[in-house]
Amino acid sequence: MQKRFATIWFRHLLTNWLALRRPELRNVPFVVAIKDHGRLVITATNGLAESEGIMPGMVVADAKALLPTLQIINDIPGKGDKLLKGLGEWCIRYTPFIALDSPDGLILDISGCAHLWGGEHAYLKEIVTRLRSNGYDVRAAIADTVGAAWGVSRFGKVKPIIASHGQAEALLTLPPDALRLEPEVLERLQKLGLRTISNFISIPRSVLRRRFGQGMLQRLDQALGNEDEPVKSLLAVEPYQERLPSLEPIRTAIGIEIAVKRLLEILCKRLQQENKGIRSAVFKGYRIDGKVIQMDIGTNLASHNIHHLFKLFELKISTLEPALGIELFVLEAPKVEEIPPQQEALWAGKPGLEDGVLAELLDRLAGKVGADTIHRYLPDEHYWPERSIKNSTSIRDKPSIRWRNDKPRPVQLLARPEHIEVTAPIPDYPPMLFRYKEKVHHVKKADGPERIEREWWLDGGQHRDYYYVEDQNGQRYWLFRSGHYNGDGSNEWFIHGFFA
Amino acid sequence: MQGFLPPVSGAADSVGLGPIEAAFPNAVFPGGAIHEFLSISPEQAAANGGFISGILNNLMRHGGVCLWISICRTLFPPSLKVFGVEPDRVIFIDLKRERDVLWAMEEALKCQGLAAVICELREINFTQTRRLQLAAEQSRVTGFVLRSDPKRLSATACVARWNITSLASELEEGMPGVGFPRWNVELLKVRNGNPGSWKVEWSAGRFRPLTELNKAVLSSEILKAG
Repeated sequence: MQKRFATIWFRHLLTNWLALRRPELRNVPFVVAIKDHGRLVITATNGLAESEGIMPGMVVADAKALLPTLQIINDIPGKGDKLLKGLGEWCIRYTPFIALDSPDGLILDISGCAHLWGGEHAYLKEIVTRLRSNGYDVRAAIADTVGAAWGVSRFGKVKPIIASHGQAEALLTLPPDALRLEPEVLERLQKLGLRTISNFISIPRSVLRRRFGQGMLQRLDQALGNEDEPVKSLLAVEPYQERLPSLEPIRTAIGIEIAVKRLLEILCKRLQQENKGIRSAVFKGYRIDGKVIQMDIGTNLASHNIHHLFKLFELKISTLEPALGIELFVLEAPKVEEIPPQQEALWAGKPGLEDGVLAELLDRLAGKVGADTIHRYLPDEHYWPERSIKNSTSIRDKPSIRWRNDKPRPVQLLARPEHIEVTAPIPDYPPMLFRYKEKVHHVKKADGPERIEREWWLDGGQHRDYYYVEDQNGQRYWLFRSGHYNGDGSNEWFIHGFFA
Repeated sequence: MQGFLPPVSGAADSVGLGPIEAAFPNAVFPGGAIHEFLSISPEQAAANGGFISGILNNLMRHGGVCLWISICRTLFPPSLKVFGVEPDRVIFIDLKRERDVLWAMEEALKCQGLAAVICELREINFTQTRRLQLAAEQSRVTGFVLRSDPKRLSATACVARWNITSLASELEEGMPGVGFPRWNVELLKVRNGNPGSWKVEWSAGRFRPLTELNKAVLSSEILKAG
């Protein structure tokens, strides 16, 4: 496909911005200046000052001589680039590919975008009027190459849209400055009386190279489209991204739902063809006031099931704040995974952890109450009861060792052992009775002790001697004494669990 | 009242409860329905945990997965292995609010791939149980509700209300230690069935009604005597 580029030139980027911030500057000539070698040098002027003949690069004292009422504002270094970046991000609504052209321009790759606005003319008009109504003095042009569009936007006088393959013709009447040449080259051209590009375009290349260097030929080739020009995008292009601009700003939940559904349909169709599924997705809404709102979802298993993904988003729609309205919706899938081709249910899906239905249920739960609430445990190689299980991060993990059931373990385990009072025969016999929560339990049957040592490489402290006891009511408990019997009755006893 | 479906013959396998199953209509344990358990003290919660895992053992026989939803869970997963349930096939959802527990329970009950869903909460009312019951009927997933703080034992739409309490274990004469877990299983309410009370022991990987045990002892004694 023939590439098309638009360039936008902000003629007074910094001063326009300052005038927006400080309305009192709107109708007075002012300049932005920076200290340089003990004098103030102008870095930017506004339209009124420019019409008085004041140009960037002049010294403030000279400018004051020309126009005594001139106001001076201190420059903020780096502000211009920051502004340009913000404007570039704002322009994402017109095309996904935007590049910065410092200090005062933007390059938009508009291939395949303009028809959405009803042709290039309407597209360019929309961009320019929007930016102008925001207070920026802009000029823009569209051409097949970045070079031609750049030249036409700065120096063109006839029309801003250059038809496909028409760049050579359009460039003929422009001055050599339109080719983005080095200042020395421009000066030399000026001296030789080559005032327009038509004057030297037909000179043999070897002559041009000898007199003006390879750089000039490269610029000429780039403008004419004989050589590709690499452009670096401001925003990384997501490989799985779909966009949906809306005619009217969307403010209702139903409107957002429709947008989510339409975007999912497009994206999932594409993913299905490529045998891929979404693991995480971000839905962004670009609001009229320039803010971006977003909601993101994640899945346990890669999925391109529109119904399921929609349900995940549906849970979060209430968190979006449309404010005055959303004008562009973008759905991105930063993480996609291969889905092995599956047979469509000839036999109903097998129950188990690999079941897609279960994964979808867990996604919904994680979406509503948070993924940290879902736990699945695998055995861990520790005897210490609190460490004998570990949390599994994936529902597909298999236990690496067998679950042990050779030692009694309680059904209910207290998160922290609770202190109890005990009467126990010395030295190592199970207790005869114990008091827990103001209730006395007489031990009728007991098993133990089972000594579990501290893992000294993990933490310090006493070992535990566990007893499995049954009281007069037939209720079964897991008690332990902390440390060895020490003879002075200061041993501490704890209850740690309840058996079935 | 929306239909409480009669059990589909052949579809429901025995859950190994022996004579207790006879208390239910058609003598089949009602799967695809909500069962309610009283779980007032931690001791009773432990007894419920053991008894339910015994039932899960049978429900998950075909490789199903179950969900355990609760607010402040104290269940210790490795203990499930004693009752024949692989603890890694149980997914625990630990929530903060009772409302979320009910929502999660209903979502899970709508999901046909599960073997069972268990939820622990303080109290549940008629409307909430009915919602759960309708969801369970659609998906044929069995649900267990553990009520830890039943103020009044108000009516619910559950098919059965169980009250499990621990019983003293018994050992062979002169042997030390603690025997197999035993429970007194009370069915306080059964829809279209007969409430009753049974004594059950869990040993050798299955439920054994105590009457059967006594008989076994008797016959061995007769053999010895004979």
